Amino acid sequence: MVSTLGAPGVPAEAEAGQVPALEVVGLTKTYSVGKVGKPKIVRALTDVDLCVARKEIVGLVGESGSGKSTFARTVALLEQPTSGTVKVEGVAVPSRPGSADLRAHRRRVQMIFQDPYTSLDPLHKIRYAVGRPLESLAGLPRALRRGRMEQVLGQVGLVPPADFLNRYPYQLSGGQRQRVGIARALAAEPTLLLADEPTSMLDVSIRLNIMNLLLDLRESQSLSMLFVTHDLAGASYMSDRMAIMYAGHLVELGPSAEVMGQPRHPYTQLLRQAAPDPASQFGRDTTFEARGDPPDLTDLPPGCPFAARCPHVREDCRTGLPTWRQVAGGHQVRCVLYGT
Amino acid sequence: MSGSPLLALEDVHIGYGWDARSVTPVVRGVDLTVAAGEVVGVAGESGCGKTTLAMAAAGLLDPPGRVTAGRILFEGADLRAMSPEQLRRLRLAEISMVFQASMNVLNPVTRVRKQFLDAMAAHGVRNEDEAIARAREMFDRVRLPQRFLDAFPHQLSGGMRQRAVIALCLVLRPKLVLLDEPTTALDVVVQRSIMQMLSELRSELGFGVVFITHDLSLLVEVADRIAIMYAGQVVEEAPAKHLYGAAGHPYTRALMSAFPPLGVARVRMEGLPGQPPDLRRLPPGCAFAPRCLQAVEGTCDAVAPPASSSEGHRVVCHLYEPKEAPVG
Repeated sequence: MVSTLGAPGVPAEAEAGQVPALEVVGLTKTYSVGKVGKPKIVRALTDVDLCVARKEIVGLVGESGSGKSTFARTVALLEQPTSGTVKVEGVAVPSRPGSADLRAHRRRVQMIFQDPYTSLDPLHKIRYAVGRPLESLAGLPRALRRGRMEQVLGQVGLVPPADFLNRYPYQLSGGQRQRVGIARALAAEPTLLLADEPTSMLDVSIRLNIMNLLLDLRESQSLSMLFVTHDLAGASYMSDRMAIMYAGHLVELGPSAEVMGQPRHPYTQLLRQAAPDPASQFGRDTTFEARGDPPDLTDLPPGCPFAARCPHVREDCRTGLPTWRQVAGGHQVRCVLYGT
Repeated sequence: MSGSPLLALEDVHIGYGWDARSVTPVVRGVDLTVAAGEVVGVAGESGCGKTTLAMAAAGLLDPPGRVTAGRILFEGADLRAMSPEQLRRLRLAEISMVFQASMNVLNPVTRVRKQFLDAMAAHGVRNEDEAIARAREMFDRVRLPQRFLDAFPHQLSGGMRQRAVIALCLVLRPKLVLLDEPTTALDVVVQRSIMQMLSELRSELGFGVVFITHDLSLLVEVADRIAIMYAGQVVEEAPAKHLYGAAGHPYTRALMSAFPPLGVARVRMEGLPGQPPDLRRLPPGCAFAPRCLQAVEGTCDAVAPPASSSEGHRVVCHLYEPKEAPVG
């Protein structure tokens, strides 16, 4: 039952000259909230750069409100970016896309949503959920749709597929519903999947099955994936590289084994220390102290967003945002503690 | 009272159903004891009966849920024999329960202070100054600024609300606290600080704890003893350290490996196939047999498994031999 995965970190096809599946540069997203005439600006994402190579899985990890879902939703164009560029397979997504551009984008980029209980329309059968993208995105003639629907249901392990087509969501278990959500995302043959906490609503015993399904689909369908989660263990199991997000900023990025084995950013260290890890337990130091809360996104400090909680804070942390520093091969951190 | 444990469940059966002829058995013969100051963890998948068991232990089970057999003894007194008024006096003051979705526990339209006052007044603390003083002290203990007593629940973050609910559950100094997935909806950093706070409070105040969760990796850190439930039965019970090192039941091992380890080389792990059985149509043998990779045909699927125990480690499985060197 045990086999080793490919070398984590650098994906097999991330060689020079390959256009990345996703290239995000300087992505910023703000929302305006508050009273009319006295609006406040919520800075949900600040200047985020992130690439996903072909067939690579990048884990995007952060707490609630860190902006990780906003990042995925903005890449999917469910939200309009405030500034910055999003390129999928080298094609820039226009900031105000027309419907044809939008359709082409949606065909390449699909999302898997967190909650399989609310993301499927309870009044429609599974054939509707899986069939819609075939009609509106893939433009598949009606005669071919049924075959394709059965094909994708088979790919996600809902067999026999013909049985599932005529069922309603309430007739399925949580795990089966999430498989439908994955099948729906796969239907239009995307190259990039954005999985937004796809296992957090599922029972522990079936989480691993869904994660394994996604890993298998990466191989069989040559998919690239952004795996958004707050679960460090799940992220390190799934991803080649991990990106740690805090208050709308990326603070650390690197091969998963590196980031989890030797977390460099004080925030990553805090997360790592907080995660349950029975293997290293019994007599763990009980001095864990999470000082304070994440900053108010309407009133971000000028320097490092983690400065107020950081045990190693220095004066220069509070004045300007640290630049990215290379700490090891492909492992970068945005913290003044590591060289210049 | 000396001699009797804080909480003792003796062969408890619980079912759901309005009609005695069509009761779905949800808890099937559970024995479990909690000593004063002890933390007992209960783990299992959704639907294994762990929350139902806790609701019954808190005297909160409402129809169609019904304890159909067995005894639930709190300090030696059977909850099943108590009148509604006796149960009401017991709840919160002696036995309190922290629920999973704490945001839905606090009344959204009244200030936190009022909810503390109401709860204490219902248990005889009618002097407002005294009640406020006790609420303030509890807020200090859960490390919430006292000014949040005057806040409405929506003005608190998820972690702060859970702290407020914990403070409310402890304000009358109960002897037994039932925690039903108290940190599941929270972020990992908040979860860790709440867990640490709970363990400090327990050593200061000395209450016993039943900690219910599906997160076994969290449980082995916080519990003294762990009971693993499957399809309404405790299939394994052991001291936490023992369970982690030497799980005896295939289901426990499957639950353990459902959490990928952190910071080691990535190795493919297999999840648990299938789903828990339909409790209305349980298989004749071991309830886990249809999903068990080691099930022996003709035995596991035909005969109810025996319980074997040694040194406080109890396993209900045909394949378990306690004498052998521990596996795993």
